[in-house]
Amino acid sequence: MRDYYDCIVVGGGPGGAWAAKHAAENGANVLLLEKDREVGVPVRCAEAVSAAGLKTVVDPDPRWISAVIEGAVLIAPNGREVVVESETTRGYVLDRKIFDYDLVHLAARRGVEVRTKAYVYDLIKTNGAVEGVRVQHLSQHYDIRAKVVIGADGVESRVGRWAGLRTNIKLKDLESCLQMTLANVNVDPRYIYLYFGETIAPGGYLWVFPKNDQLANVGLGISGEYARHKSAKRYLQEFVDKHFPNAAVLYTVVGGVPCAKTLKKIVADGLMLVGDAAHQVNPMSGAGIVTAMIAGQLAGRVAAQAIKENDVSEKRLLEYPDAWYKAKGKNNERFYNIKKAVYTLTDDDLNATADVVLRLPPEKRTLVNIFKSALVKHPALLIDVVKAFMKS
Amino acid sequence: MIAVINDRCDFCGACVAVCPVDCIDLYEARLVVNETCIDCMLCVWICPVETLAPLHKIEEASCATITTA
Repeated sequence: MRDYYDCIVVGGGPGGAWAAKHAAENGANVLLLEKDREVGVPVRCAEAVSAAGLKTVVDPDPRWISAVIEGAVLIAPNGREVVVESETTRGYVLDRKIFDYDLVHLAARRGVEVRTKAYVYDLIKTNGAVEGVRVQHLSQHYDIRAKVVIGADGVESRVGRWAGLRTNIKLKDLESCLQMTLANVNVDPRYIYLYFGETIAPGGYLWVFPKNDQLANVGLGISGEYARHKSAKRYLQEFVDKHFPNAAVLYTVVGGVPCAKTLKKIVADGLMLVGDAAHQVNPMSGAGIVTAMIAGQLAGRVAAQAIKENDVSEKRLLEYPDAWYKAKGKNNERFYNIKKAVYTLTDDDLNATADVVLRLPPEKRTLVNIFKSALVKHPALLIDVVKAFMKS
Repeated sequence: MIAVINDRCDFCGACVAVCPVDCIDLYEARLVVNETCIDCMLCVWICPVETLAPLHKIEEASCATITTA
């Protein structure tokens, strides 16, 4: 590790890896710091991703894919099932350990230097401008300077806070999530299963993402405002006891997903935020892999160009949030409005929606039409639904 | 005072994200609530696996290893 780099990326998830790779491809010398001993571990993700979305950022390697998904089964509180098979529901259930490893590897092949077990505990600042990081690595302290620091340090982002950006999230906008990888479950691995309901996952949903015909990620997210009364753990345990009483728990994943609009401010002098740290998640679904990679790509490119021009001021770096807003940020605002309305629906509303959708011919049962039916009491949002799904 | 029940924590950072006074530190395999904590309970509520709790509520938990500020 040297004491100066053009760009330092904090965090080795998909957003950080892609920011590092794209900064390097555009001419910057880059250091990537990961606090854990290994990239990709622990997994903090349900591992499902849209096929079309992933292909916009990287050519999928078959080794990353546990299952290929053809459609989604949406399950109403009364158990009524709606099957949706369309271009927007094709996807993969990934193996994030291999996926994250490979993304960092792809960055390393572009010349990015990588350190794991590197805990960033503060920023170096002069007159408010970020000029590097303070790192603890194998019981040594290091001050490492850089023209641009990219914080891809996850939902708990502290890089942003140290730079003076408010990265904290409201309780109601953070989904309290828990997932178990279960063996001895019988599921059709061509589908993902999404359960909705006030007693199943209030302010969120429960998912079953098969990894093969015996193994599935079963998890849920509930809004923090409901988690205060009963924890995610208790909701999930009740569901598993009821639906998969003979399952063995092979792995447990815990996480907070920021289902909010993107933070108002994601750049400062010498600093950019990417991924969960910037709340760049689809607020409706909680999906954040592709969005983080898109943001990383944009941030890495802008960082490298700004470094070449020797102007890393907030004003120069604003090119990144502007590009993000056009690419995904604007659409995520629409999803946020839809989410707020969908999560106020009662179990009766959800059951009625399923009945309406089931009366449609199968080829018309698209996600757009489902949300249109669900939001029939919120006509003003219907345009948002169409726009959100046209661009998702 | 909010305490950490160590062997429940999976180090996901949800508590850090909701903390309004930035008093929680997350390391690779260690979570610390510092003494600037204002007992607002947000971290207690958001934790998916009930890792955090007011100290007086966990004193009775059997075989818990607890960290406090």
